[in-house]
Amino acid sequence: MLSLLGVLFDGLAYGALLFLISVGLSVTLGLMGFINLSHGVFAMLGGYLLVTLMQYAGLSFVACLPLAFVASALLSLALERALYRPLYRSSHLKQVLLTVGIIFVAIACATYFWGPGQQRVALPDALRGQISAAGVDLSWYRLFLVAAGAIITLALVFGLERTRFGARVRASVDAHRTAEAMGIHVDRVFQITFAIGSGLAGLGGALGVNVLGLDPYFALKYLAYFLLVVVVGGPGSIMGTLLAALLLGIADTTAKYYVPEVGPFVIYLAMVVLLLAFPHGLLGRGKAL
Amino acid sequence: MRGVAAERLTPSVMPHWQALRRRERWRPAEIAFWLGLAAVFFVFPKHLVFASQVLITGLFAMSLDLILGYAGIVTLGHAAFFGLGAYSAGLLAKYGVHEPLAGLLAAAATAGLGGYLSSFLVLRGGDLARLMITLGIGLLLFELANQATALTGGVDGLQGVEIGPIFGLFHFDFLGKVAYLYVLAVSFTLFVLVRALMMSPYGLSLRGIRDNPRRAVAIGVPIRARLTNIYTFAAMIAGVAGALLAQTTQFVALDVLSFQRSADLLIIVIIGGTATLYGGFIGAALFLIAQDRLANLSPEYWLFWLGILLIITTLFLDAGVMGGLLRIETLVRRRFGIR
Repeated sequence: MLSLLGVLFDGLAYGALLFLISVGLSVTLGLMGFINLSHGVFAMLGGYLLVTLMQYAGLSFVACLPLAFVASALLSLALERALYRPLYRSSHLKQVLLTVGIIFVAIACATYFWGPGQQRVALPDALRGQISAAGVDLSWYRLFLVAAGAIITLALVFGLERTRFGARVRASVDAHRTAEAMGIHVDRVFQITFAIGSGLAGLGGALGVNVLGLDPYFALKYLAYFLLVVVVGGPGSIMGTLLAALLLGIADTTAKYYVPEVGPFVIYLAMVVLLLAFPHGLLGRGKAL
Repeated sequence: MRGVAAERLTPSVMPHWQALRRRERWRPAEIAFWLGLAAVFFVFPKHLVFASQVLITGLFAMSLDLILGYAGIVTLGHAAFFGLGAYSAGLLAKYGVHEPLAGLLAAAATAGLGGYLSSFLVLRGGDLARLMITLGIGLLLFELANQATALTGGVDGLQGVEIGPIFGLFHFDFLGKVAYLYVLAVSFTLFVLVRALMMSPYGLSLRGIRDNPRRAVAIGVPIRARLTNIYTFAAMIAGVAGALLAQTTQFVALDVLSFQRSADLLIIVIIGGTATLYGGFIGAALFLIAQDRLANLSPEYWLFWLGILLIITTLFLDAGVMGGLLRIETLVRRRFGIR
């Protein structure tokens, strides 16, 4: 039995992963209003790539992470060009159908190439084992996840608040048309943001193989979680997404440890209640969904 | 304007009352469609169980089309009402009431109540919020049925559903003959009701809300009330479809509530064509026949082709099969000068 602090810490690590995967979705949703249910597919690709590279190419865990990022980003660029772009201005129903279709194809491909079972990753020695701090046993792996989440959050906030590109992204989210009129190439901004976001999802998927699990139905299983994080956080808001992801991670983990019978309900109930209480997200900018 | 010249007028230029009257009339193709369904009974006596499944799915799809095609509400959790109906009919039959029609009424009442209560949550937000709330309610009900094993049997499904004869006269048989006629009769009755409703000013006002909510408000359509009651009505029909499945198979599987069922249904409606009344039935037939042929080879491949189909449909085919058929009909009519 883990102590309360240990459970909270596990929830934190879980929340960090949810954040990594969902942040891209949040920005693209805020930017284009495009409902992309297939975002989990990029996380799935990252995870499977990591498993495969480690098993067959003999690469190390850490060396695979950037590759997972790059591969997911490249795939997203291809998909964006070929499939998503024609539907930016069309109805939400079409976007839902298209992206559900992509999930189905991804499930079929993953089953074909990797089989229906759960995948596991052998962690490097440096990340195994535990460390005792203040009477709590913390696993190195989860510490690593939390640290990775913190570093990426800082990098994102810095990139968004302090760089020219970040300013363009913010302008495009807040006032799409005005940004275009000011000469910002919103489509290009979107493409790059989309690629970065999908890359982060791939990275999150790769980091989380042992925490979230990885099987062909991954994208569907966690769909509600990603959407919840984004909507509760408020689309387009990084800090909102972070807050929502951590809250959700901690709530879900705590519920699963202490009241396993009702564990699965907590998340869905939270989803409905939070949506009703905060229709614009916790830190949303008052945009209607 | 009357006389010879009126013959050549297109429907858009005709007086409105005439155009509306023409829309209401049963076309020969529609009559042929239902006669064809009756003929299935004699032509394919060995496939009646499968034919019943198609009809039930078609009815379920029609109920989704009411809110998706006519009212424009995007939902990912319509299976919730199908499942509510299936479980209430199943439980009623298990615990004493074996009369099938009573089961249908109970299912309609439960699903309708569920639809009415959830409509207040669903209709609050925009498309994304609706999507998530319907998804959340669907998943919640699925988990509930999964955990409440004492009541629903959980993953093993609800067993011991015994259905008595219809009106105390017609017993369900193993070949599914009575079941098929029963499903056909219920579907047809509900279809006539829905058709009349959608042809009425009420149905027109729903389309108005979908196409231009602001103008609908301006001409005095009570949007909230309209959407609430069409959502409830659609939930009731979905509940009846679920009850029909429970009664004809004498079993309720947990997957009546699954996400996959909601997603499949969405696909069926889209393939068939939205806001066409018949799209749901045609989509259900195509979908289930394709599934029957392909899924037996390998479920994974089925999902692959399903995904590809979905992507192609959304990118290139706008109005589904019914849209294509209607376009052909217009071409033929124009070619031969038939009105």
